[in-house]
Amino acid sequence: MSAQDNYIAYSTLVRKETVRFFRIWSQTLVPPMITQTLYFLIFGKFIGSQIGDINGISYMAFIVPGLVMMSVINNSYMNVSGSFFSSKFQHSIEELLVSPASNWAIIAGYATGGALRGVVCGFLVFCVSIFFTKPAIHNIFIVFLFIVLTAIVFSLGGLLNGILAKKFDDVSIVPTFILVPLTYLGGVFYSVKLLPPFWQNLSQLNPILYMVNGFRYGFYGFSDVPVTTSLAILVVFTITLTAINLWILNKGTGLRT
Amino acid sequence: MNAVKISNLTKTYADGTEALKGIDLDIAQGDFFALLGANGAGKTTLISILTSLCRKTAGDVSIFGNNIDTHHPQAKKIMGVVPQEINFNFFEKSEDIVLTQAGYFGIQRKVALKDCEWLLKKLELWNKRHTTAKSLSGGMKRRLMIARALITRPKLLILDEPTAGVDVELRHSMWEFIQELNANGTTILLTTHYLEEVEQLCKNAAMINHGQIVANDSVRNLIKQIEVETYVISVDQIKSEKELAKFQFKKRDDHTFEIDIKTNERVTKILSYIASLGMDICDFRPLGNRMEKLFLKLLKD
Repeated sequence: MSAQDNYIAYSTLVRKETVRFFRIWSQTLVPPMITQTLYFLIFGKFIGSQIGDINGISYMAFIVPGLVMMSVINNSYMNVSGSFFSSKFQHSIEELLVSPASNWAIIAGYATGGALRGVVCGFLVFCVSIFFTKPAIHNIFIVFLFIVLTAIVFSLGGLLNGILAKKFDDVSIVPTFILVPLTYLGGVFYSVKLLPPFWQNLSQLNPILYMVNGFRYGFYGFSDVPVTTSLAILVVFTITLTAINLWILNKGTGLRT
Repeated sequence: MNAVKISNLTKTYADGTEALKGIDLDIAQGDFFALLGANGAGKTTLISILTSLCRKTAGDVSIFGNNIDTHHPQAKKIMGVVPQEINFNFFEKSEDIVLTQAGYFGIQRKVALKDCEWLLKKLELWNKRHTTAKSLSGGMKRRLMIARALITRPKLLILDEPTAGVDVELRHSMWEFIQELNANGTTILLTTHYLEEVEQLCKNAAMINHGQIVANDSVRNLIKQIEVETYVISVDQIKSEKELAKFQFKKRDDHTFEIDIKTNERVTKILSYIASLGMDICDFRPLGNRMEKLFLKLLKD
């Protein structure tokens, strides 16, 4: 397979994944908008009005980047883990496994497809937020960089989950028991500076804190953690997860008997 | 150059099951080759190793000279596979399933569109191109898997029981198409439980049992190994049953019976003998297919 052949395989996979999540838009694009609208209403409007400003911006505006990021994280992860595992379940993954497409093309294809869904959902949630507040954009490049890298990281995580999952339960365990708690504790709804020192220090171990804050920096120009550290963490996660996925695909674990 | 060259291939699964125990097999370019064996004999394991869905334990496999260890993308690019089980996404449209497979093989969509149209028309699926796979009938799903395998224009087409559950008429039209492909140079490796298909279609065949090749020859030579053939004979009225008993006589009704005739005996001689017993022969035909007999004989041996 030449590089061009692999590019065609990659773009075919991206197209397939994109068509898939647009085809089932009522399951993939609408639910995050409804969920985040409820967050805006309950946390932003009803409770937020009692909280007051954080770092000089309204609470409603403060939670916008976190809620967008929450949507990006969940959707990019679940897109790939769900799609890959259902391909395994239906055995349609064999179409890809018998093909000469390189494992690089497979990883890149799924990561791009998942990231696209994450970014689309994030954008839709951002559009919803405009009905509640007027979020500022401090640095569009940082916003773009963080949303794309975060979507890629969680797509790669979802791919790993999808490859290793043996039953449908295995696909829902990570989002339920790891992603959701880490996202809620990752500074979506609060600034970690408001926490007692112990919890502040503990929060530093949560990678999602860095992603949410880096993204928030792109909107408002302030962050609880250094933006360069956030970026470095995203890059390290991207490289590490890509390497693990590649290693597992090369070994054939969970896919080839 | 052989289309497939397998040397000392072994496969032991994680649970210790030895599925293949040192297989040596060559399939010539342009051959229509049958791989036969009972369920669990190792056929699907062998095919899965060729297509990389299963990892071999030891041995060497080359596809048109491309070793599957060192040149696996090249080996995969020239192979098409129609698996035993339906394995496409049921929520995708027929046309998309075929075009996506082309894309995975590095064929641009606009290039594949032409071939896709030809294949879907040839396999009578063109009207269903916008139908999701789950809405297709069993036979249509089988044909769709053939179209998907052929969109990449493989030099080696692997058919793992492709006609299982397909009705007679459709099976015949599918085989005509496959024969046409073979005549145009595509090497075919077939596993099937319909042994009469092997006799009709294949040039060479190998029989696998408990992970080992127990026979590997031309279909013609394999059939020669059959020592006895059963014939069904219809007469006006069965007489002299005692005389017929020496032929492993088996009465079906008052007018029809089965007898075994050794392949080295002249059938006309036996028929004359039956006529000499005062029976008027109305019909005469071999029972079932010979490959089946051979299959059972080799398994027994």
